[in-house]
Amino acid sequence: MPEVKNRQAVTGAQAVANAMRQINPDVVAAYPITPQTPIVEYFAQYVADGLADTEMIPVESEHSAMSAVVGAAASGARAMTATAANGLALMHEIVYIAASLRLPIVMPVANRALSGPINIHCDHSDAMAERDSGWIQLWAENAQEAYDFTLMAIKIGEHEDVRLPVMVNLDGFIISHGVEVVDFIDDEAAKKFVGKPIVKYPLLDLNNPVTYGPLDLYDYYFEHKRQQIEAMKHVKHVFKQVAKEFEKISGRKYDIIEKYKTDDAEYIMIALGSTAGTIKYTVDLLREEGHKVGLVKPWVFRPFPKEELQEILNGRKAVIVLDRAASFGAEAPLYEAVKSALYEAAVRPQIGSYVYGLGGRDIKVEDIRKAFEDAFEGNLIADEERYLGLRE
Amino acid sequence: MPELKGWKEVPIGGIIDKPATAKEYKTGTWRVIRPVHQIENCIHCMMCWLYCPDQAIVIEIVDGKPKMKGYNYDYCKGCGLCANVCPKTNDKLPVDKRAIIMKPETEFQE
Ligand code: SF4
Ligand code: SF4
Repeated sequence: MPEVKNRQAVTGAQAVANAMRQINPDVVAAYPITPQTPIVEYFAQYVADGLADTEMIPVESEHSAMSAVVGAAASGARAMTATAANGLALMHEIVYIAASLRLPIVMPVANRALSGPINIHCDHSDAMAERDSGWIQLWAENAQEAYDFTLMAIKIGEHEDVRLPVMVNLDGFIISHGVEVVDFIDDEAAKKFVGKPIVKYPLLDLNNPVTYGPLDLYDYYFEHKRQQIEAMKHVKHVFKQVAKEFEKISGRKYDIIEKYKTDDAEYIMIALGSTAGTIKYTVDLLREEGHKVGLVKPWVFRPFPKEELQEILNGRKAVIVLDRAASFGAEAPLYEAVKSALYEAAVRPQIGSYVYGLGGRDIKVEDIRKAFEDAFEGNLIADEERYLGLRE
Repeated sequence: MPELKGWKEVPIGGIIDKPATAKEYKTGTWRVIRPVHQIENCIHCMMCWLYCPDQAIVIEIVDGKPKMKGYNYDYCKGCGLCANVCPKTNDKLPVDKRAIIMKPETEFQE
């Protein structure tokens, strides 16, 4: 493991901004929105101090921010932005266009509840609303992962086999504003890792003129969507390859999913983001009491780790899925996907759905323990959605 | 229409990687009404040529002056703009005195 020279206590926002400084993108367009604001504030400071020579474009809305980075990326620039909640929702139209035009934009998202009623705190409704937009979605548990994924996202998105934009999700406030110890990679090593932008079809290549975004009716639209489906299929092997390279410079190991104490686990909980940390703590407590419990945390949510989950969940006693987003009139998004992945499992475990933490509601060890206890008692009902931390 | 390619053959993202491909895109397949030129009533003012959004008006230079020769139906999508701007075509003129008449495309189908 390489020697740690650069260990600092920072907020997740600062960690992500520092990754952006090391990436030194050609263009960053930004509109500040809580809790993403400190990311672009720190980054703007780096630019003002001459520590990054990025063209900063302060725009009047997120719709414009995404439009500006789409234009920049199409021109051949390495382009980034960051957002949250209603800002992401306002970008929605262009979020699809970025993926459809195959532009490898990287965008940290400080996950936050969508209005209304107005709420600025963490949940996953913003990212879940974009799950079918064609963006790769990486999910961080803490500031370290948010930093690491921001660097890795550049290489994943720009890879020849992928050419897709990447969303780096970090729980709003919990990660973006919480202070943690983060091991930074040396500037030189980080710069070398991300390398020079790999551009394809740049608009500014005057010798090879191209047109972006033309009419694409029933004669070719379907073919272009099929290409996007294919690109998503390549993400897993590219992610693994990039993770391996990253491990060499950081000593930190990433995969499509993280498995925590799952080897002999009979009961497995699945969750995205920072709550995985609280679950790990609870797993440790329950293990001390002799319960065979474990956690699976998808680091990659799009493309969905279906095979990985099938493999690890097959034959377990029970699977408990925690969602920090609801899907009104249907099952919660992570639960729905896990349940569908288990359809073909040879030995299907019991499965239960728990929605928690909407609008920043705390999730406590007792809540997680309660969900595990339901599973121990065989009291999980596949078609029933339950709630943790909700007042009855 | 040129032969349509499969998803593995076309550039990603709907990007067009060479110029003048609009030529291959025959908007004439969209047409449901067809403009028909009645040359005997035409004063060769070039209004139709100027306004046609698909460059579907065929002209020829005769003695240094442009002459309206008719239509390139590969590209004429039947929008009717030419008939609309033609000074020799309007509702008050009897059909046989108009320079352009719009006819249902079905009349031309075999
Ligand atoms: S109908 Fe429209 S497209 Fe056709 S020739 Fe007239 S103006 Fe052009
Ligand atoms: S606008 Fe009418 S009169 Fe003028 S050139 Fe065209 S068809 Fe002839």
